[in-house]
Amino acid sequence: MTTTLTHLDRLEAESLHIMREVAAECENPVMLYSVGKDSAVMLHLAMKAFYPSRPPFPLMHVDTTWKFREMIEFRDRKAKEMGFDLLVHINEEGVRQGVGPFSHGSAVHTDMMKTQALKQALDKYKFDAAFGGARRDEEKSRAKERIFSFRSAEHRWDPKRQRPEPWNVYNTRINQGESVRVFPLSNWTELDIWQYIRRENIEIVPLYFAAPRPVVNWNGVDIMVDDDRMPEDLAKTAVTKSVRFRTLGCYPLTGAVESTADTLEAIIQEMLLTTTSERQGRVIDVDQSASMEKKKQEGYF
Amino acid sequence: MRLNDDLIATDIAAYLEKHEHKSLLRFITCGSVDDGKSTLIGRLLYDSKMIFEDQLASLESDSKKVGTQGENIDFALLVDGLAAEREQGITIDVAYRFFATDKRKFIVADTPGHEQYTRNMATGASTADVAILMVDARKGILTQTRRHSFITTLLGIRKLVVAVNKMDLVGYSEQVYEDIIEDFYAFADELATDLEIQPIPMSALEGVNITSRSNETDWYEGPSLMEYLENVPVGDKRLNASFRMPVQWVNRPNLDFRGFSGQITAGTIKPGDRVKSMPSGKQSTIDRIVTATGDLEQGIAGQSVTLTLADEIDCSRGDVIVSADDPTEVSDQFQARILWMSESPLLPGRRYLLKIGSKTVTATVNAPKYGIDVNTLSDVPAKTLELNQIGVTTLSLDQAIPYDPYDVNREMGGFILIDRMTNDTVGLGLIDFALRRASNIHWQAMDMDRATLAEQKGQKPAVLWFTGLSGSGKSTIANALQKLLFAQGKHTFTLDGDNVRHGLNRDLGFTDADRVENIRRVANVARLMSDAGLITLVSFISPFRSERQMARNLMAEGEFIEVYVDTPLEVAEKRDVKGLYKKARAGEIKNFTGIDSPYEPPKAPEITIDTVNHTPEEAAQSILDYLKEKGMLEI
Repeated sequence: MTTTLTHLDRLEAESLHIMREVAAECENPVMLYSVGKDSAVMLHLAMKAFYPSRPPFPLMHVDTTWKFREMIEFRDRKAKEMGFDLLVHINEEGVRQGVGPFSHGSAVHTDMMKTQALKQALDKYKFDAAFGGARRDEEKSRAKERIFSFRSAEHRWDPKRQRPEPWNVYNTRINQGESVRVFPLSNWTELDIWQYIRRENIEIVPLYFAAPRPVVNWNGVDIMVDDDRMPEDLAKTAVTKSVRFRTLGCYPLTGAVESTADTLEAIIQEMLLTTTSERQGRVIDVDQSASMEKKKQEGYF
Repeated sequence: MRLNDDLIATDIAAYLEKHEHKSLLRFITCGSVDDGKSTLIGRLLYDSKMIFEDQLASLESDSKKVGTQGENIDFALLVDGLAAEREQGITIDVAYRFFATDKRKFIVADTPGHEQYTRNMATGASTADVAILMVDARKGILTQTRRHSFITTLLGIRKLVVAVNKMDLVGYSEQVYEDIIEDFYAFADELATDLEIQPIPMSALEGVNITSRSNETDWYEGPSLMEYLENVPVGDKRLNASFRMPVQWVNRPNLDFRGFSGQITAGTIKPGDRVKSMPSGKQSTIDRIVTATGDLEQGIAGQSVTLTLADEIDCSRGDVIVSADDPTEVSDQFQARILWMSESPLLPGRRYLLKIGSKTVTATVNAPKYGIDVNTLSDVPAKTLELNQIGVTTLSLDQAIPYDPYDVNREMGGFILIDRMTNDTVGLGLIDFALRRASNIHWQAMDMDRATLAEQKGQKPAVLWFTGLSGSGKSTIANALQKLLFAQGKHTFTLDGDNVRHGLNRDLGFTDADRVENIRRVANVARLMSDAGLITLVSFISPFRSERQMARNLMAEGEFIEVYVDTPLEVAEKRDVKGLYKKARAGEIKNFTGIDSPYEPPKAPEITIDTVNHTPEEAAQSILDYLKEKGMLEI
């Protein structure tokens, strides 16, 4: 019989509380599902929060069309297994223009296929609340992010107009057209996520585990050859290395780390002994110090 | 202190097993940049290996560029977040930091220390178990130390660490330290009687007494900061309190299952326990404690669960399931301490939304009884509350709610106030006690009811509320309409802004707060007149939507008719019948609507009058037609 709560118990209870507040107070919520490990945890928590009911909102994946193929397979299988209503949104305009990271660079690609696509999707379905898996420990400007983060009708984030959040009392009220991004994993750290995945036996995309994969060096980062859209000159430099990924996104923008960690325990071990932060493998953060904050103001999650 | 457990390398599975059972401590750090607060947090993160090499590299380069420590690492840069803040070298919000040791996971609320950030500190303190008060050993206990102590204890923190920092700059002098601590104890008695105070001499910069006790202070026998944080007991008080669970969501997957989902805020619960649903007070027994991983034998404070009851009692979101042996009280009038968090001051008499637990109600916040000076802790007179001001006031709610005093249970006695127009969170409140008045004043039931009184006059009561800028023509049109109604034998009365201000409201000025009170009084008078069966014409600028809404809510359904006298500012100013615009433009009149005080036009008035293209007589006739059409002029 439980008489004290561990840190994971308390984080879980807090996340469940947040999700229930959204379900009770918002009219048309959605859970943004990125197929990554944080999304996997968030989805798991959603199943718990409403049990024995189903979570009263759909999942939505903003597909940049450049995700790892394994991610898409995993996504479709999971949605089917768990019986989730899965919406997939692609910026068709971007597809028509042939936008991609190799041809247009990471900045244009991310803006068109991710930031703009997300705005389109939220507008299209008129979602007033969107769950995201962001954590405060990821990056400096996230440390000050509220759990309920308000966005104007233009999806802009104004750091000066964020609402104070004392206790666990959340003000969810919005005016017509405004929306709120909700981060139930705000207080989790990367280590908490991994420990919880292990404790709860949550399935994650195999790309997180080390395996021999074909990689090329692009802009100083090892990226995987995932399909034939990679420029031929680059693709033919591929070598097979034992690698894994610490975060998952668009394959040309996701740096692989050399590793032999092929179990959860080994990954956590490597993480605890490692010396670089999780976001280092992400190409979008490194432009300038305040780049994430700038992207957030523009509507990036 | 770092996660340097050998097990990581040798037996990761055993390590993880051990680390799944860490407890969680939330604390707040109070102080300004000068006190070395950011340096302290930076060091805690650094020493517990929460900083990776790439972050360290950017820290090192930043330290050289903008740091204040010469060639050394400036730990403070680790925790200064937003770009604007980095430029100004200040922290302006609550930032949450995370680190873990082998024993505990920590969540640090990092808040700025200046008086203008009182609201941020209060927010950070609301969820913290421990407060670390930074004191510069060279300066001793300052006004800000008193303020920080007051705010953190106000929000319910009872465990205070007095971190006497920069001991290296006073030669690690025991005497300096003792003098400071004595000063602190001298005023701590005023704060609360049940404080647990832990003073620690330290140097965040030099790492003295941070993670382990240092030889520099061999005269000090207490714990290092980290030893204290790792071992201080938390949460036991909540666990031993009476059971409380606000219902967040009624869980109804099918007709056979009806559960109540929520997070337990206090106490424990087992199947078979007698409970009550408040405010109804209906009693039942816990049947099951449902979670996705199986039913629990016992639910405890902090857990999010779903309860099923043995009986079908009425219970919905916003209700609170409580122990039947020790239920909450229920009331609709309270005395509370309020911290104002908005740039727009509190408008006493205005209705705000109040959210407590999972319940949202409408509350009228009355004028403060007094304010509290956060620096001297003394009472000061206050007519309203400005940003970051704390005051004691009473509130009236539109319905009774279950509650516990804040000092007994934070979640059951802490609330936020929300502006109904902007939806901003404008205040934070702590319930002290209920006012018994609610149950003492009864409505006097009248034998001659309002319908009888109106019937006698051959009409239906109505309140025609004329709103518009000064000089828009409200009074002229109201006057013309009253003549028309009189000619038809109807019983009317006109309440005019200027006239009422000579009598009933002569104590009121033109500040936003006074304008709200002005309208509140007039609306109530109009309500009494409509109870008497009269058709009442109210001619007031009434610039704020929320007050007009308040007036509308006061009247019986269908009896409030909002007449928007829509005259553009240029036209009204050109007419300037009373010469007021000229004076306002010259700066002789302050807070003049349309000039330096806002006018919020109605969104959906019953009648809109265009005074540019119509005469006052035509306008009056169109209102009369409206009343006829609605059947207001006959029984």
